[in-house]
Amino acid sequence: MLSGAAAAAATAVVGLIVWKLIEGAWPSVTKFGLHFITRVAWNPVVGKEAFGAASFLFGTAVTSLIALALAGPLAIAVALFLTELAPRALRAPVTALVETLAAIPSVVIGLWGIYVLGPLLRDHVEPSLHSALGFIPLFGPPSTSGSSVFTAIVVLTIMILPIVASITRELFLGVPREQKEGALALGTTRWEMVRGVMFPYARGGIAAALILGLGRAVGEAIAVTQVIGGGPFIHWNLFDTGDTLASKIAASYQGAATNLEVASLVYLALILLVFSLLANLSAHWIVRRVGRRQGIGLNRGGAA
Amino acid sequence: MSTHSLTQAALRAEGLPRRRAINRLMELLAWLAAVIAVGLLVLVVWSVARRGWSELNLDLITKTPASGFLATGKQGLANAFAGTIVIVLVATLMALPTGILVAVYLNEFAPAAIRNAVSLTLDVLNGIPAIVIGIFVYGLFVLGHGQSALAGSFALAVIMLPLVARSTMEVLALVPSSLREASLALGAPRWRTTLSIVLPQTVGGIVTGTTLAVARAAGETAPLLFTSSIVGTQIHWNPHHALQSIPVAIFELSESPDPQDHARAWAAAFVLLLFILFASLTARWLATRGRRKLSTSR
Repeated sequence: MLSGAAAAAATAVVGLIVWKLIEGAWPSVTKFGLHFITRVAWNPVVGKEAFGAASFLFGTAVTSLIALALAGPLAIAVALFLTELAPRALRAPVTALVETLAAIPSVVIGLWGIYVLGPLLRDHVEPSLHSALGFIPLFGPPSTSGSSVFTAIVVLTIMILPIVASITRELFLGVPREQKEGALALGTTRWEMVRGVMFPYARGGIAAALILGLGRAVGEAIAVTQVIGGGPFIHWNLFDTGDTLASKIAASYQGAATNLEVASLVYLALILLVFSLLANLSAHWIVRRVGRRQGIGLNRGGAA
Repeated sequence: MSTHSLTQAALRAEGLPRRRAINRLMELLAWLAAVIAVGLLVLVVWSVARRGWSELNLDLITKTPASGFLATGKQGLANAFAGTIVIVLVATLMALPTGILVAVYLNEFAPAAIRNAVSLTLDVLNGIPAIVIGIFVYGLFVLGHGQSALAGSFALAVIMLPLVARSTMEVLALVPSSLREASLALGAPRWRTTLSIVLPQTVGGIVTGTTLAVARAAGETAPLLFTSSIVGTQIHWNPHHALQSIPVAIFELSESPDPQDHARAWAAAFVLLLFILFASLTARWLATRGRRKLSTSR
């Protein structure tokens, strides 16, 4: 059965990815073990080789969690606008525009990030944040080049906003009309209806959408590499440079010197893979658990 | 606050001015969010268009990059355009038949348990970061054999497969079962029914899904970095060599210190963006048209 074989092959690809990454990372796994995860080091000089993922894990966590915190509420608000507030004539075009934002390639967003967004943040946003909130270690001295963790956060926010918004929009469209109208008929304001009826109904789905958005932010390599500046450091200043798991891999594409460095890069990719599997399976599990009563398209927005 | 206490408050019309004010504030914030989202799109597209347009000329697609120290002046990215065409074409040839077969199997033949399991696998595959796919193909084909456009195409095909399969499944589910039953009742075997009755109904949807997948693949950089990035400046069409591509070219030019390189990066980004916007708008238009047709024929 040809089509059965194709389905088997599609499933086998996922297994093959897991196997190939474990195999590729093995020299680094046997040498560094799980200490790889907690060590801050990236020294490819032969004889003094030391590799660790801690600074990249830290960078990944800081950039993607803050980006999710910024994009999540914004995306939910956009979805509410599209389902509840927008005049009928605006709904289809604005939905199309929001989804078009998701279609822009990351390398183009990154290019824009380097030459438009980065300088803009450096000259106008970072100095004012530093002078107003400088007592918080997150808002340290502004960057000199425009490349910073902060620029990466803004770029990631832009990239996950349309994904979370379009999934959330579908969830809101699935809220039964009777429940919404029932609440309004009881005299609630529109916002109280949203809070009392739509949010509880879509809660599980929104959680899944946020997890998928997080997965996308964690896995984004190109745009982050272009704007984050690089460097294996752990520091709290958002306006300084940094690296994430994905950006470190992408930045090393031409220059991996030794086999151990290559294996360590694959080790980073393996960590990313494990995270993306966990994120997708947990989102799926949440949707299955809460979603028996409502249909949600898990693959909308195409997480990369 | 629970729904119950909300409606209690609503029934007693408690603090109505305050509740109305909160409502207005929230509505305002939602409008603001929508303006921000659309504004971001306009801002990005406008920046790329403004900087790309002034750099756009025929040399970009007809001339190869200048090589060597003395070569100055603007030269094009013809090698990258040729490479992207080859890589994406081969990737589509790999992903399209596989994706359709997977969808047909899942929708027409597979038992529910297998259908759920494979659908989940497709979702998982769709969620794996592109850079991880790149590293996977690097380990699978590039290590020991060297980079090639074929390896790059395979990486892009892995990314396209779940997109094609998912969109094909969506249209297959829309084909009325009365059509299948009519064909089976006339004595046609299931493979014949699928091939001659069901699939022709879904051509529109498959074209839409493929267009979206091609648009996505054409802009992907991460899977090509480790599979097809060490390239010369000449135009090649042979997929056994590593070929330059538009996204990788933009990536490299964007990190260059030379402002002339930035200019070419903007121009290439503009062309890429035009292609992707055109493809996704066409797909969207086809999708709404196709859905209307399928729902009226039912």
